[in-house]
This record gives sequence, structure tokens and C-alpha cells, in this order.
Amino acid sequence: MAQTLYRQALNRALDEELANDEKVVIIGEEVTEYNGAYKVTEGLWNKWGDKRVVDTPISEAGFIGMGIGASMLGVRPVMELMFYSFAYVALDQMINNAACVRYMSGGLINCPIVIRGPANGGTNVGATHSHTTENIFANVPGLKVVTPSTALDAYGLMKSAIRDNDPVYLMENTLLYGDPLAASDIPDEEITIPIGTAEIKKEGKDVSLIAHGRCVIVALEAAKRLEEESGINAEVVDLRSIRPLDEETILKSVAKTHRVVLVDESKPFCGISSQIATMIQEKAFDDLDAPIKRVTSVDAPAIYSPPVEKEQIPNVSRIVDMVQSLG
Amino acid sequence: MLDKVDSYKFKDHAANESLTEEEKVELLRKMVRIRRFEEASLKYYNAGKMGGFLHLYIGQESIAVGTASLCGNNDHLITAYRDHGHALAVGMSMNECMAELFGKATGCSKGKGGSMHFFAPDKNYWGGHGIVAGQTPLGLGLAYGLKYNGDTGAALCFMGDGAVNQGSFHESLNLAQLMELPVIYIIENNGYSMGTSQKRSSAFTNCLAQRGDAYGIEWDVAKGNDIYEVRAKTKEAIDRAHNESKPTILEFDTYRYQGHSVADANSKKYRSPEEIDHYKENYDPISVWKKCLLSEGVIDEDLYKKMDNEAKAEAKESVAFAEESPFPEVSDITKDVYYEVDEGTQSGKTGRHFFHN
Repeated sequence: MAQTLYRQALNRALDEELANDEKVVIIGEEVTEYNGAYKVTEGLWNKWGDKRVVDTPISEAGFIGMGIGASMLGVRPVMELMFYSFAYVALDQMINNAACVRYMSGGLINCPIVIRGPANGGTNVGATHSHTTENIFANVPGLKVVTPSTALDAYGLMKSAIRDNDPVYLMENTLLYGDPLAASDIPDEEITIPIGTAEIKKEGKDVSLIAHGRCVIVALEAAKRLEEESGINAEVVDLRSIRPLDEETILKSVAKTHRVVLVDESKPFCGISSQIATMIQEKAFDDLDAPIKRVTSVDAPAIYSPPVEKEQIPNVSRIVDMVQSLG
Repeated sequence: MLDKVDSYKFKDHAANESLTEEEKVELLRKMVRIRRFEEASLKYYNAGKMGGFLHLYIGQESIAVGTASLCGNNDHLITAYRDHGHALAVGMSMNECMAELFGKATGCSKGKGGSMHFFAPDKNYWGGHGIVAGQTPLGLGLAYGLKYNGDTGAALCFMGDGAVNQGSFHESLNLAQLMELPVIYIIENNGYSMGTSQKRSSAFTNCLAQRGDAYGIEWDVAKGNDIYEVRAKTKEAIDRAHNESKPTILEFDTYRYQGHSVADANSKKYRSPEEIDHYKENYDPISVWKKCLLSEGVIDEDLYKKMDNEAKAEAKESVAFAEESPFPEVSDITKDVYYEVDEGTQSGKTGRHFFHN
């Protein structure tokens, strides 16, 4: 079977869900004739036409809010943000409205909306286009945040996100769209992957590398090198979903390896890793043989300079060094 | 400031010519009920029975009542934080509204929304939104949903004059015209964006609605205290939405007697008491409509008194209902956050959703 790329997997999920439910509509900038800035929606407008795949002007607050309003009436919009960094101009809609309207109405309203797009650094586009936004949104009750690392997960989680009746913010990664390391065999028959389930991407016994998004791919490379160079057998845990969070899978891994390195492209202060570290020390303190360590982005806005940005975000050597420092 | 209303020149407009006497009386009753509800709210807010802010609708009643009276099954309403009047106008009960103000579990939002966040989707009322102009893209989305679903309807999105300067409103106007969406932006222009007068807050030519010209959107400006006129202008906009799937901006001149919120300590400083009194005496929407119906012989003073007393009694009863109702439980805090959790679905049972201890 040919391997499916991450971008193609998302495209297939969108195509199938457009077919499954006539309430599903794709809305965003450049998603029709242009085929999507990163080609995730390639061919969908040709196939589905003007009603189901809709271009917008560059007005994130306006069109994201429009999607939220439409979702209150039962439309199931899948909104594309060209970059998740652009969510910052739509925050009022994404937080005050999508996340809170159910609560403030005492449960009378729900917003079955998906807002998706790439949320990553590492592409030398400077600070404004390189934000990792998952911690911002996972902080907000009412929202769900998922961060697939492989094509299969992207496919299965996207389908679950579209079928979910709460707002789901699905964060992708421009470096994964065409990365052969993130490609997967995806069965011909439809599958979904439940939101809120983590997955062990590689079994191991000496240390748990806990990651999400592209950091999972990087952690898998680091695990290879650790094995080859030091005989360390690392387990790689992929969170897949940030909120809801699969704590059980994390805790099982910690109970097995007794050592934890969290790999997280978020900034360290109040990043995803902060939450995971808190949870582990609360629930698995006695399982730990060493302090929990973190490999995060270096704590500054994303630097432009290409060789230096590679060092700012988690990479294989930084993970290997951190694991070896555990002793 | 408005011209004095004495001509009722929209009496014979298509929106009004078929109004029955009963319907005219109902319009009056609804306005009076809103005013008495708001007065009771003010009284018990000042008595410390409510938290937060209280943005009163007194002085603007004709707009919510006039517009809502034209809405059919596929017409939807959404507004900002000054939302009690619209709530009562669409048929929400005083009990559920007052209980919400008191923070009680019997409130329309189970005590989770408060004054600024009333909702009744079963009555096509989508809130009640706290952030200035934050509801304007949502109103656009309701119109998008109507069009997508193939329903002939309109989304009436109310806003204050302060909201016209938010970017999201301008983005919404562009999208509305570009996508041909049946949204009606209704600017309830009470002259003050919080404590700042229109002249000090907005750059405009002639009126705020005229900004629609920049987007090629039809607009109109009208007196908001004459319910005939409100209905006439609203009907034209609803017809445009229904028949052409096109947006409209309607600006109604109006006035609020109270401050921006009750906590607005300067409400008598940025405008003179004379200004407020002048409006009350000459332009009050209830007085204007009452005078009109007296002159048409539709009501007499006794009927008005009776109606007024009933509204006062209803408001008083709603306070008793609110007082007697229970507060939500602490265990209710995490309900109504996620649909899937509340419904106990497989999705709602997968993974941890809440992270407090």
C-alpha cells in the first residue's frame, strides 16, 4: 500500500466528511481555486462546488465568528486558518464565543465547529507566523485541542473532530504536511480515532519521551539514536489530544520507565509540558526515579535565522542530551 | 437629538396598516412590561441582590418590541449585553430573566450567564453577548446558517453605537455584502458609547449607518421611539433579507435614561439632567405610543393603568420567584461546558476534560 502523506490524509478526511454529512462546509482563505495555502483542500472545491467549499477575505475575526454563528444553527463548519498564529486576531470569537456560549446559555447552545491549521515554528518565518497555540486554547474549558503527529492520526482525528458536537481546534504542522516520516498506511475503509486517546508510538523501558505534534516524530528519531549510541530504550508517548487528555496512558508509561522527558514545542512557561509535569508529580510521584525534565522551545519569540531556529525548537540532539543527563 | 414625534407618518406603512387593535395594545404591553421589569431589576440590584453589571434598557423599549414583533419562524435575533428588553420582547418570561439576574438555578441560563447573557434559542434568541461587537460576526453566522440551510429568514443583529468602531463589525459588513447574507445590523444609537458621546467617539458623515456606503450596503436611519417607524424600517430590511438575501444597516436614534450600566457613576456628569428630562418629557417611547393609541381610540387611561399595574405585579412576582429559587450547586459549575460530556456520549467519556482537583 502506498504511504499517505499527512496533507493527503487530511484531504481524504475532509472529502469523506463532506460526503457523509451535507451540513459540513469548508470555509477559509484560499481554500477553493487556490487549493489551500498548503494544499490541504486540494481538489475539494472542484469536486464539491461553491456551497461546500468557500473562500473568505482575509478577515479572521469576521469569518471565524461567522462560522461559530452558523454552527449554532446546526451547520458544521470546518474553518481553515492559514496559520494558527492568525487565531490571535480572532481570539474574541474563538474564546469568548465558541468556548463560552454553551456555558453562558446554561447548555442551550452548542457549537459543532472545527478550526484547523498549522501551529508550528521551524520554518524561518519569524515570530508572527511561528506560534504554537495549543497551550493557549487548551487552557480554555469548553474547547478541545488535538495535535496529530502522523498521517493516520491526522485522518482519524479530523474525522472525529468534524463529528464532535463541541468546538475542536485541530493544530497541524507545516513541516509534517509532506514529511515521509509522518506518512502512514491508511486502510481503505473509513476509520476514526477517538479524541482524548494517547498512543504509545514506540515501546521502551528506560525513559518515557512524552510529546505531541511534530515533536513525536522528533522524539522517535531521538529514541533511535539513543538506542544506537547508548543502548537506552526509550518509550515514545504521543498525546495526540491535549484536551481532553489521556492521563492513563501517560501514567502507565511512567510506571514502566520511571523516567520522564517531556518534549514540547510550546514555550516552557505554562506550556503543555507544565500541565503534564504537574499531573505526573501529583499522580505518580512514587514512580519517579529522577526529576521530570523538559525539552521545550527556547524561551523567546521565534528567531528567524534558519540554523539558529533549528536549535530553538526541540531537536534530536537536545532530546538525546537531556535523556543522557538523567544519569 | 430627535425630532419630536407627533406625526406618526408611518402609520399607514405596509408594516403597520394591517395591525389590529389587539396587536397595537400588545406592543404597548410589551414595552410597559420591559420598563417595569427593568425598574424592578434596578431596585434589587441596588439592594445588593445581584452581582456584576446591570445594563438597563429603559428608554429604548420601542426598538426591541417593534423589531421582534415582525419576526417570523425563520427570523433570528442576537444582541449585546443590554439584552433584557429583547429577551422579554421575544417572549422570555420575567421569572426566568429575573432569576438569572439573581444568579439562581431557575434562571434562563441556570445562573451561569447573568445579566449580559440571556439566551432562548427555542425563541430564535441567541443572546446576550458581553463583548462590544463580539456578536456581530455571530449574527452574520446566523444569516449564513439560514442561507446554507435553504431557509428564507433574517438575522437581526442588534448593537450599540459604540460597537460601530470595532474591527469585527467592519469585517462582518464586508462579508455580509460579499456573500449576500440576510443579516440586519440594527444600531441602537443612544448617543453614548459608555460615557463618551458619539461626537467624541465616532468619525462619521451624517450618521453611523452611512458607513454602509463603503460596502455598498443599503442603510437607513430613523427615529427609534416611534414604534410605527421602527416597524416600517425593519419591515423593509426584513423584506430585503427575505427576498434578495441582502444585508441592511438600520440606525435607530434612541436614548437610555440610566447610565451605561448601573455602576456608571458618571452618568449624570457626561450629560446634563436637563438633557435626560427633556427626552423623557418629549420622546419617551412608551408615552409616544400611549399617546398615539389614545388618539386612535384604541386604549383609554383605565386600560393603560390596568396594563401598567399588571406589569408591576408581574415584575414583583418575578422577584419573589427569584428570591425563592435555589442557587446552582458547586457541582453545577462543570456542567454545560461540553455537549459531549453533558450528554454522556463516548466522546464525552474519553480522556480527562476538567483539570481541577
